[in-house]
Amino acid sequence: MMMIFGIPAPLLFGQLLLGLINGAFYALLSLGLAVIFGMLNIINFAHGALFMMGAFASWMLLNYLGIGYFPALILSPIIIGIFGIVLERVMISRLYKIDHVYGLLLTFGLALVIEGLFRNYYGSSGMPYQIPHILQGATNLGFMFLPIYRAWVVLAALVVCIATWAVIEKTSLGAKLRAATENAPLVRAFGVNVPRMVTLTYGGGVALAAFAGVLAAPIYSVNPNMGDNFINTVFAVVVIGGMGSIMGSIITGFGLGVIEGLTKVFYPQASATVVFLVMVIVLLFLPRGLFGKTA
Amino acid sequence: MLEVRDLNAWYGESHVLHGAAFEVREGEVVTLLGRNGAGKTTTMKSIMGLVPCRDGTIRFRGRELIGLPSDAIARSGIAFCPEERGIFGSLSVTENLLLPPVVAPGGLDIDTIYALFPNLKERARTAQGTKLSGGEQQMLAIARILRTGARMLLLDEPTEGLAPVIVQQIGHTIREIKNRGFTVLLVEQNFRFAATVADRHYVMEHGRMVDMIPNHLLNSRLDKLHEYLGV
Repeated sequence: MMMIFGIPAPLLFGQLLLGLINGAFYALLSLGLAVIFGMLNIINFAHGALFMMGAFASWMLLNYLGIGYFPALILSPIIIGIFGIVLERVMISRLYKIDHVYGLLLTFGLALVIEGLFRNYYGSSGMPYQIPHILQGATNLGFMFLPIYRAWVVLAALVVCIATWAVIEKTSLGAKLRAATENAPLVRAFGVNVPRMVTLTYGGGVALAAFAGVLAAPIYSVNPNMGDNFINTVFAVVVIGGMGSIMGSIITGFGLGVIEGLTKVFYPQASATVVFLVMVIVLLFLPRGLFGKTA
Repeated sequence: MLEVRDLNAWYGESHVLHGAAFEVREGEVVTLLGRNGAGKTTTMKSIMGLVPCRDGTIRFRGRELIGLPSDAIARSGIAFCPEERGIFGSLSVTENLLLPPVVAPGGLDIDTIYALFPNLKERARTAQGTKLSGGEQQMLAIARILRTGARMLLLDEPTEGLAPVIVQQIGHTIREIKNRGFTVLLVEQNFRFAATVADRHYVMEHGRMVDMIPNHLLNSRLDKLHEYLGV
């Protein structure tokens, strides 16, 4: 058997792949958080719950309406995104003029209520969601077996992350978003309907979380607490990458997933804490995070 | 074109404008002169809806602006160039130029803007708007509102902190804008500069207008003006 640094190659690459998968979810989730934080100045604690709702939406579409995985990949983010838009209009928008802490409290409370409701109706044991037929199985790459669905998750997450980055950095809509992040009153005084843009941004960030939820459904069981496993790490990712930085969240998300995966190989005891260790080190030397802009 | 009467504005507890009143006719360049803190910038921000608390009457082309959000005011055809210029560092020069949406037909096209501001064409590829020099940033701040089709421009101290040669260039630009039929409300500290571009001057003190001087009478009333401005 091939060995790398005294570790069997299949084990190393297997953990690397697992790390990339987790990294894909970190990237999608922290990207949504970063976009929302940039525009709304709110740390969206409901993000994990909305991720879970994305997974549930695809489960419900399948089991209640017979709508399969690929349509759900589009429909769930739209449905949950609209739910996010309603949340923003009805509740979050009332908090912009007061202390940010209230936004944090509101979204944290929302997360508890949403997760509680789902636990009440669906229990907390979790429900299976089949991998779609054409993404089942694995291919032998010679040095390891690559499960096709996992490769698909990494690829799909990467494409969506880069597309989001391109919209924000390369289009005129993205220019308006960036400008409004810097100085919203002035952008509004140019005639841009900034409140509507804020609402749509929240909807977009939520849709990203729901998209991650659909991707996650076949890998982790669909259960009301599935967001909790990710969200703590994702907040660390956002802090390490730099609050509000788009490319920072993507690179940090994938990077930390890989670091976590490798830690599982070389020193498994630290795998749950390594992300926070990285956070401490980064904050000691770069308080704004790796990609945070200097004010 | 723009008629302001009995305008009051507050920042929190402090009452900044006390019944400001003036008018700007179509095609005119009108300045607001006055010392620091007289309420010139606040007057402009009140017109744009950027002051949280204001009352009175601001009529633009017969339409009341008090009560409208600032995006609706902008879309009615007024464009604002703020004192701090408001160039966005996360946007390239070109993105800054193209940021304000077109609100009406009749704005200048990009080629005309580059002809007016040749420097901007050279710097168009600069990745960060804030990497431009102060003068270039001011040019950019004026240029981007000429595109939008707004015919009424509010320029807040466009010459502040700039070298004399740039100030001359901005004076030239304002006269050029006037020749193209734009209406301009200009806030200035420097009345010598104002005299080279404006038709009329309103003098502000303590949040209200205390005098109006047509430009051709400016020389004969210099003593009075010096008294107002305390120079």
